[in-house]
Amino acid sequence: MTAIAHRYEFVYLFDVTNGNPNGDPDAGNLPRLDPETNCGLVTDVCLKRKIRNFVGLAKEAEPGYEIYMQEKAVLNQQHQRGYAAIEVEPVSKKLPNDKAKAQELTDWMCRNFFDVRTFGAVMTTEVNAGQVRGPVQLGFASSIEPVLPLEVSITRMAVTNDRDVDKERTMGRKHILPYGLYRAHGFVSAKLAERTGFSAADLELLWQSLINMFEHDRSAARGEMAARKLIVFEHESALGNAPAHQLFDAVEVCRAPGEDDRPARSFKDYRVDIAHAAIPQGVRVIEKL
Amino acid sequence: MSFGVRLHVWGERACFTRPEMKVERVSYDIITPSAARGILEAIHWKPAIRWHVERIQVLRPIRFESIRRNEVGGKLSAATVRKAIKAGTTAGVAKWVEEDRQQRAATVLRDVGYVIEAHFSLTERAGDEDNVGKHLDIFNRRARRGQCFHMPCLGVREFPASFRLLEDDEPSPAVAEALAGERDLGWMLHDIDFASGMTPRFFRARMIDGQVDVPAWDDTEVRA
Repeated sequence: MTAIAHRYEFVYLFDVTNGNPNGDPDAGNLPRLDPETNCGLVTDVCLKRKIRNFVGLAKEAEPGYEIYMQEKAVLNQQHQRGYAAIEVEPVSKKLPNDKAKAQELTDWMCRNFFDVRTFGAVMTTEVNAGQVRGPVQLGFASSIEPVLPLEVSITRMAVTNDRDVDKERTMGRKHILPYGLYRAHGFVSAKLAERTGFSAADLELLWQSLINMFEHDRSAARGEMAARKLIVFEHESALGNAPAHQLFDAVEVCRAPGEDDRPARSFKDYRVDIAHAAIPQGVRVIEKL
Repeated sequence: MSFGVRLHVWGERACFTRPEMKVERVSYDIITPSAARGILEAIHWKPAIRWHVERIQVLRPIRFESIRRNEVGGKLSAATVRKAIKAGTTAGVAKWVEEDRQQRAATVLRDVGYVIEAHFSLTERAGDEDNVGKHLDIFNRRARRGQCFHMPCLGVREFPASFRLLEDDEPSPAVAEALAGERDLGWMLHDIDFASGMTPRFFRARMIDGQVDVPAWDDTEVRA
């Protein structure tokens, strides 16, 4: 697989309606909040988890697209067993020194596992070369405006234990956000892609997973989540043609005119502007969604 | 001949993990010389050169925030991979996150900005075609255009660093008033000695009006 030849940055907008996009284990699973601004947060690892899950679903039995970091509910090992042994490229048995051996292990992992090739992984080897730095880097997503977490009490018409049978029902709690539009920034380094063999097909799969990942992550807690915009900046050169922050600044998300006097409750309440004039030469803006 | 550079870096969050508190990560108050070197190397580096951080100018007040995340506890062992290669199957090479979950808090910095002053020297791996001017030009050109080998980060990769080259005649950005005065930041990691078995080396960081002078690697102030 030939690695990608361009550097990319992307702005990814997704929203949540009546759900909890990312619970905070420190705050009793309340949606994560930035304590200074009250804006909602979604961690990078939360989004990466969903990308892995999507690729796991989309490429279930296909060799080369396995997922190393697995969640039980999504993948089952049966599909892995279908992996034909012949399709693994033969590897030379004897190599001169440990460094080459470690490289061999790393290469093999990159070739077989999509998430190792994309996000990297830490492997322990005796020569400290088993660390893969993947080309794709994601930052924290944060909401455009402060969000309001609501605590919703719910009842269940059954009890768990015999001793509670007189109570007839139990109470539970859900934390939801009525609405939140989140913005995440991501980076794809062509130079690191060269080292892990992250290809154009892998990149396309990454875009697909960003666009579709919420469609396969429905649950009682999440409410309605949806990808709203994926704006990709393609640099002409592998090293890049413009500073990343300059490109991110060119994408402005603000309230739609006439809608800014009440709390936002849908994506229609926002407007996304791309200042094409501010995009320097050598950078192509691709609106994937 | 001067071949120093000044790079302005900033970001929303940062985590320069203290080695003594790395399970539940706690950041140092400011960027370490080691992390600053990593940022420079993300823009330009070749085995022929070695970056030396001279000075760190802290621009923003030092503030912290706590984030708790689900993480995994273990690493993939080389033996597992070797076995899988031999067997010609990837069955069993997987990490089940539910079985190895750890919740870890991280105390990270908020809203940081620094000016890194650094220079580089040529190493013994420099060839005939390597000279200081060439590498300085490459670095300046890349930093000016926002080019980088990979996106530099503020300690950990989830906190990307924005960067900008400060030209020779350009003044440094303003320093927050809260940083006025002298502050002892205690013993801080200088860098890791990769040549002798990854030994960490420390120095006593003193911040005067936000400025920390970093002693040279071989200085007596730097101790393993």
